[in-house]
Amino acid sequence: MPMAASDIEAMIKAALPDAQVEITDLAGDGDHYSARVVSESFRGLTRINQQRKVYDALGGRMGGVLHALQLSTGVPD
Amino acid sequence: MSDDVQARIATAVNSADVLLFMKGTPLFPQCGFSSRAIAILEHLGVEYATIDVLQDPGIRQGIKEFSDWPTIPQLYVKGEFVGGSDIMMEMYEAGELAELLEEKGVPHA
Repeated sequence: MPMAASDIEAMIKAALPDAQVEITDLAGDGDHYSARVVSESFRGLTRINQQRKVYDALGGRMGGVLHALQLSTGVPD
Repeated sequence: MSDDVQARIATAVNSADVLLFMKGTPLFPQCGFSSRAIAILEHLGVEYATIDVLQDPGIRQGIKEFSDWPTIPQLYVKGEFVGGSDIMMEMYEAGELAELLEEKGVPHA
């Protein structure tokens, strides 16, 4: 069962309250998304560890329910 | 997960300078992320090996535990886990993937 964009955003914000989350439905099918997550808590982390934080926020859904989430991360300017 | 699978993965990541665990083959990638990862490696002009996880359910599950990373594709350079296709793309665009290859002494275009 795919996830709604609003659920993905809510899970990320629950774990990273300061995060700005921008989700795009890539295929219009509710299954292929891209997410841009910007958070101060990423500062100083490698790209891998920034993405790990988002994966952790999604509680094991990455690679499973969310097999088609394209992710980019960054820190605020 | 059997130790055997973990040992096979460890051998594989140490046997090629650049190794991509992917879905499908370079000529016929079976998902968009794997396809993108191959495109990046081709642009870098680097020699690479691939393992098709769709051919082996043990590896498909085992690699996620090996790297503690839940998605495929996964790129390894000189035995070190680099990331998935999103990280590859960000690093490629920033010139960091080429830098990494240089640091590790891996020839590329």
